[in-house]
Amino acid sequence: METEVTRMQAEDYSLFYGQFKALNKINIKIPANRVTAFIGPSGCGKSTFLRSFNRMNDLIPSVTTTGTVYLDGKDVGKQDVVELRRKVGMVFQRPNPFPKSIFDNVAYGPRLHGTKNKSDLAVLVEKSLRRSALWDEVKDDLQKSGMSLSGGQQQRLCIARAIAVNPEVILMDEPASALDPVATLKIEELMNELKNKYTIAIVTHNMQQAGRVSDYTAFMLTDENRSGNLIEFGATKQIFTTPSDSRTEDYISGRFG
Amino acid sequence: MNKRMLTQNAAFGMFWLAGIVAVLIMAFVVGYIFVKGFPGISLDFFTTSPRGGLSGDGGIYSTVVTTFYMIVVTLTFATPLGVGAAIYLTEYSANTENKVVRKLVTVARFGVETLAGVPSIVFGLFGYALFVSALNFGFSILSASLAGACLIIPVIIRTTEEALKSVPSGYREGSLALGANRWETTWKVVLPAAFRGISTGILLSAGRIVSETAIFFVTLGGSYRVPHSLMSGGRTMALHVYYLAMETRAFDKAMSTAAVLVGLIIVMNLTINMITSKIAAK
Ligand SMILES: Nc1ncnc2c1ncn2[C@@H]1O[C@H](COP(=O)(O)OP(=O)(O)OP(=O)(O)O)[C@@H](O)[C@H]1O
Ligand SMILES: [Mg+2]
Repeated sequence: METEVTRMQAEDYSLFYGQFKALNKINIKIPANRVTAFIGPSGCGKSTFLRSFNRMNDLIPSVTTTGTVYLDGKDVGKQDVVELRRKVGMVFQRPNPFPKSIFDNVAYGPRLHGTKNKSDLAVLVEKSLRRSALWDEVKDDLQKSGMSLSGGQQQRLCIARAIAVNPEVILMDEPASALDPVATLKIEELMNELKNKYTIAIVTHNMQQAGRVSDYTAFMLTDENRSGNLIEFGATKQIFTTPSDSRTEDYISGRFG
Repeated sequence: MNKRMLTQNAAFGMFWLAGIVAVLIMAFVVGYIFVKGFPGISLDFFTTSPRGGLSGDGGIYSTVVTTFYMIVVTLTFATPLGVGAAIYLTEYSANTENKVVRKLVTVARFGVETLAGVPSIVFGLFGYALFVSALNFGFSILSASLAGACLIIPVIIRTTEEALKSVPSGYREGSLALGANRWETTWKVVLPAAFRGISTGILLSAGRIVSETAIFFVTLGGSYRVPHSLMSGGRTMALHVYYLAMETRAFDKAMSTAAVLVGLIIVMNLTINMITSKIAAK
């Protein structure tokens, strides 16, 4: 852990929905080019925390925060949110391709950020679809609606869409929970590929999945005030075999949650 | 058969009967108008204007033109305002904590609901007082379409709001997460996704313009000549039916005009059905 480059970091980060404290003083360093998994029982704030990295919580008017989240050592709160979200992409639980063609789905981000040239876009779209392991399945008809793909393909399309703007970090909130086992496996393999280029943070309820795909694991839990706390963070192997907190062990071995 | 079954069958029987009666009445009205109206319909009927006077001679050319003008001009005023207001209400105001804005939005919503239920003659009076008299636009397509816009804006707002609300929030999140701002998200993702729903609302409003009479009675004047500009008066087909029936002896012509009118409304509703069934199929 000491030798890792930190890509994102939270420092004494707390988040409130109105009066309700959903995250309590979270400190964590997310290493670059690794897959970090967030696990913990429902309602412990995993999604909330993930959405703090690309400031999606800004969209909820009642949210206030204290502490700081950093990307590459810079306070994300002080960055241009458009540029931040280009650098920190997000893949959602439900595949959410736009009701547009496959091409236009992938080209959406680049167009937004100023790529207008047709051949540049075509190159970018192909590259992104190849990276998300979808190219071979869709290359014959990129004009087909993104909605016409299967769930697993849609999710890979969403990954391609995120990749197309050349992000540094990809946040994935239970990206496979709406998919069948085969599609899930594809996404997991893909994550393994992607971490060479990107830093990945994933929320999952599936312990096996966390074990399979992640290099580091963060375990979160609510305290007596229902606020989410980071209980333990470390190499996935260590968390799964010799957790230092008994609550982590209980959760992983399925004793609660 | 037990008693509960019997009650159920009796109830369904009643509903069935009610349904049949309602459909029969509708069929009779439309059928009657078509049967009475069709004989008077010819190419001439469409290409000549009414000649005025007690006889009710002539066709409906100028009233078709006026109706068309009214639809186009009214929608030109009402669509941007109505769609814009709906976008503000659903896409922007919902995301503010600002107490004043929230209060205003509540008031605006209530206003929209209320206006949608106000009888059209009230809009007519308002249009007469403001556009015809105070602003001195006279009896004209301009006055009438401004008043008509007031009438249909609430309809457009409501249908557009419904269409926008039916767009999955995942689309918005997906777009925002790629760095789009709210406007880009609305323009590039939400509006295209809501397009069919919005067009349905606009078509419904166009139907309203075609069928309204009271509001135009006091703002459009009733001239049977072909309008030449926004400042010309005129009469829509529906208004023409009224004039023919009440002020001429040509009751048959009123029937023929009504038949054309009903035919137009049917076509518009079929279009709406086509659009909405495509939404459902998607
Ligand atoms: N928009 C919101 N407004 C108010 N409270 C919220 C909002 N979103 C989440 N919460 C609350 O914040 C807490 C954390 O929610 P969050 O969705 O982050 O949990 P989670 O760990 O992702 O749960 P799950 O595993 O079920 O997805 C919960 O108590 C939830 O009720
Ligand atoms: Mg969640």
